[in-house]
Amino acid sequence: MARPIVPVPDPATQPFWDACNEGKLIVQYCSICDRRQYPPEATCRDCGFNFHLSWQETSGRAKIVGYSITYDSRLVQWHPLQPFLNVIVALEEDPVINFHTNLIEDYGTNLAEEPDIPIGATCEVTFVEAAPGRMIPEWKLVK
Amino acid sequence: MAREVNWERNHDPVGIWNGRGKAALIARGHSPTDRRWDGETLEKSLGAYMMIAVQNALDDAGITIDDVDGIIGSAGGQGNGQPLSDVWGPRPYFDPPYDSEDGLTHVTGQWLRNQMGFKNIRYINNHGDPVWNLIGQAAQAIADGRAETVVVTYPNGNLPGRYHQDPSNEARGPAVWPNTWGWGLSGQGFTFNQYCQKYGTNHDRMAPFVVQERKNGLLWEHSYYAQHEPGEFTEEDYLNGRMIARDLSIFDCDRPVLAAAAYVMTTAARAQDMKQKPVYILDHTESGFTPRSLVQTIDDTEEWTDIQAQRSYNGSGLKPDDIDIFAPYDGFAVFTQYYIEAWGWRGVKRGEAHDFYASDISLKGPNPLNSGGGNMGTGRMRTVFITDPLEQLQGRAGERQVTTKAEIAVSHGVLPISAGTVVMSTSPD
Repeated sequence: MARPIVPVPDPATQPFWDACNEGKLIVQYCSICDRRQYPPEATCRDCGFNFHLSWQETSGRAKIVGYSITYDSRLVQWHPLQPFLNVIVALEEDPVINFHTNLIEDYGTNLAEEPDIPIGATCEVTFVEAAPGRMIPEWKLVK
Repeated sequence: MAREVNWERNHDPVGIWNGRGKAALIARGHSPTDRRWDGETLEKSLGAYMMIAVQNALDDAGITIDDVDGIIGSAGGQGNGQPLSDVWGPRPYFDPPYDSEDGLTHVTGQWLRNQMGFKNIRYINNHGDPVWNLIGQAAQAIADGRAETVVVTYPNGNLPGRYHQDPSNEARGPAVWPNTWGWGLSGQGFTFNQYCQKYGTNHDRMAPFVVQERKNGLLWEHSYYAQHEPGEFTEEDYLNGRMIARDLSIFDCDRPVLAAAAYVMTTAARAQDMKQKPVYILDHTESGFTPRSLVQTIDDTEEWTDIQAQRSYNGSGLKPDDIDIFAPYDGFAVFTQYYIEAWGWRGVKRGEAHDFYASDISLKGPNPLNSGGGNMGTGRMRTVFITDPLEQLQGRAGERQVTTKAEIAVSHGVLPISAGTVVMSTSPD
């Protein structure tokens, strides 16, 4: 399904979105700080420089660490899908790194009742088309 | 007048503040409190209300505009989200002085100086926000000798229409990450959900706290609820609240209002001549953080609030048992437990705040938490977090006056990610 709001890349995030279009989930890595960074930024949040930043492909696996459900969004374009899930998953190989997901493939939108979300469950990344030529990472439960 | 930078005390170790006891908070003034500005009635505009509040503060202190040499304020009083001017303008304006955004959707010190006829101003700064940081900034300016008697201004506007609604179908810049996945106030729900998982509690256990805040707020004459909706608010009301997001109901969200407040601050020496008892600023500290990754987690939240609480204790030299009046922000009610636990007020440890809410937190009890009612009890003006501790320490809180000792107060806000803390005392030492 198309997404209600489509991300517009900028120079700092373009490689991330390009990788999504190729079916890869990448994050930044600062070799001097030895840390991954997501979301992408022009510089490392810790050292403040860009000299040591590169891109790393991730395992694409993550665990659910918490969630909420939106009943009344400030984002008007999302209103027709309410209530919908807002789940946060943490990257399996580096739990500091977390991602948004709506787990639409597992639970859908316009929830009739609150689902029992399995905290700690493993998810794997998938890519969905937010708009023609613009893939975004989503996640689904590993069954 | 040069813009002041790097006035904040936000790098550890902060050490005992060298301005300790040199600046005093004296007086407060408030405008009427409305739900919204109608966009037409100029005598109810943000500028008009700001002038009312300033004059009330001056009268409360027993001084005139000629005694004031500094104005420190938040031009807009909107701590987050889009500026009101983006909602209001551009559109045709009115006759002077309402011929621009200034005076309508924000209020600068320069606008106030010109409209009210201040003649002796030597220091103006409009760059601060929110109100805790403004009090800290003013205390620092006084301690540094940049001004002797300062008016701190805090206008909070609200316009017709729903608050902070975003109709865009594209996301750019930092908004890419939350908006693409429909993330908004669910962020508050998420962190609270993690808190509940970690400590085995749940959202319903917030009820005694929010209900008590409304009770307290109804006793504050400037509260939106006291002025416009003075009915009782019960635990049943809270538990039946419409959910904005899971773990965040409409009654956890402060209600946007139109109001302005002003404070008079001065040197410890000059304070002796004023009409009200001085309340001395023992310390101010500030903080700003960045999440480790995309969203703020409970681990981030607890780390940041621990750092800021310890910074405040180090800056003031106080211990948890020294705090009589504690005013931690609640402008989402689901924040407050993080602050209570970080400061360890009344011995509350991590994960224990909801048990504390179930104890006696009433005004006349042993643990009068947020005796002014916070934003939940007054509306989204934030200034009760300064006015109530001031009045409690001056012994003029009226029906809200606590029966426990009221000599030292700590007020803290706004967000776990970005905050200021002010420590006030009846004694400069």
